[in-house]
Amino acid sequence: MSNQNPIWTLISTFGLMSLFAVGGAAAAVPEMHRIAVDVHHWMTDKQFADAYAIAQLSPGPNVLIVTLIGYAVAGIPGALAATLAMCLPTALLAYYVSRLLNRPSQSRWPALIQAALVPLSIGLMAASALILAQSTDRTIAALLLTATVAVIASVSRVNPLWLLLAGGLLGFAGIV
Amino acid sequence: MSPDSASAAQEPDHPATHAPPPGLLALFLAFARMSLAGFGGVLVFARHAIVDQHRWMTADEFNETFALCHFLPGPNIVNLSMVFGSRLRGIAGGVAAFTGLLLPPTLIMMVLAIIYAQFGEVEVLRRSLAGISCAAVGLLIAVVFRMMTPLLKRMDVVVLALMLGVFAAIGVLRWPLQAVLLIAIPLSIGLTYLMRRKVAA
Repeated sequence: MSNQNPIWTLISTFGLMSLFAVGGAAAAVPEMHRIAVDVHHWMTDKQFADAYAIAQLSPGPNVLIVTLIGYAVAGIPGALAATLAMCLPTALLAYYVSRLLNRPSQSRWPALIQAALVPLSIGLMAASALILAQSTDRTIAALLLTATVAVIASVSRVNPLWLLLAGGLLGFAGIV
Repeated sequence: MSPDSASAAQEPDHPATHAPPPGLLALFLAFARMSLAGFGGVLVFARHAIVDQHRWMTADEFNETFALCHFLPGPNIVNLSMVFGSRLRGIAGGVAAFTGLLLPPTLIMMVLAIIYAQFGEVEVLRRSLAGISCAAVGLLIAVVFRMMTPLLKRMDVVVLALMLGVFAAIGVLRWPLQAVLLIAIPLSIGLTYLMRRKVAA
């Protein structure tokens, strides 16, 4: 893979990944981390955590972390290639499937499959949280910040943006 | 997927009144607007715009379409834009909604990528980003916790074991996603099928 055109590597990697990304973008984060950091060494652990933070902080679907990974690999063309590869194939699949089954509720299989996927996608998201926490929470203060945000966001309906900005301010002040 | 996605798909409220189908530009702009409003999850804004604001679909139609996108692979909200757009205006509508959803935030993301490449090593920015990362991980933990709550309440051993198995395989052992899912998905579907038959019998 290493002597290939990086754009093609991006397209094949994310195109394939999106087809397995059942449970949305957050569930695909561990695989993105494995590919970008461990397999291809496109980014460091720290850069990946930064990219995740930037993707969370900016508007739009959170899947756009792939735009940042693509940019790190091959600049603007890489950013566009990674974004389209991650988003277009499954969108087209969804288009064709929705035309095939206009009413998915008639069969009980869609509901059964959906129920079967729930524990898997939660397990995947928990794995994302663990992998990201291992790269961001290297101090006690950082661990405390993560835990505090987790508790506040679990028990209240405060806008997540405020919690992200509060984290940014604490970091800016050199506390975490 | 955010916890909002579940609640957004549930409240049936509005009568079945339809607005005329929007033009392609209107679709593009509507999806661009909901995408730019959506910090940390676009679905709530999508439902608000499509069902409440523009009345392009009824709450039931929205739920049916969302259920389909939920069960297919890929980023849900992106699939949603394509399916919605195409139901309203054919494939051109799908492309208009898809582009509207993705183009503006992708441009913002590229600008941020350039800024990060230039200044990512500047100490103040590094520290701020580190703080934001910590908070972002906390938010993710909260989402996982909220999604897990109904599973914990039911105390279904098989379901919890599947969840823990995937967590351990991916998060602790760092096995490749494809291999894990290739085993876990058929296993989970099979077990769910057997459990439902047992309940029915």
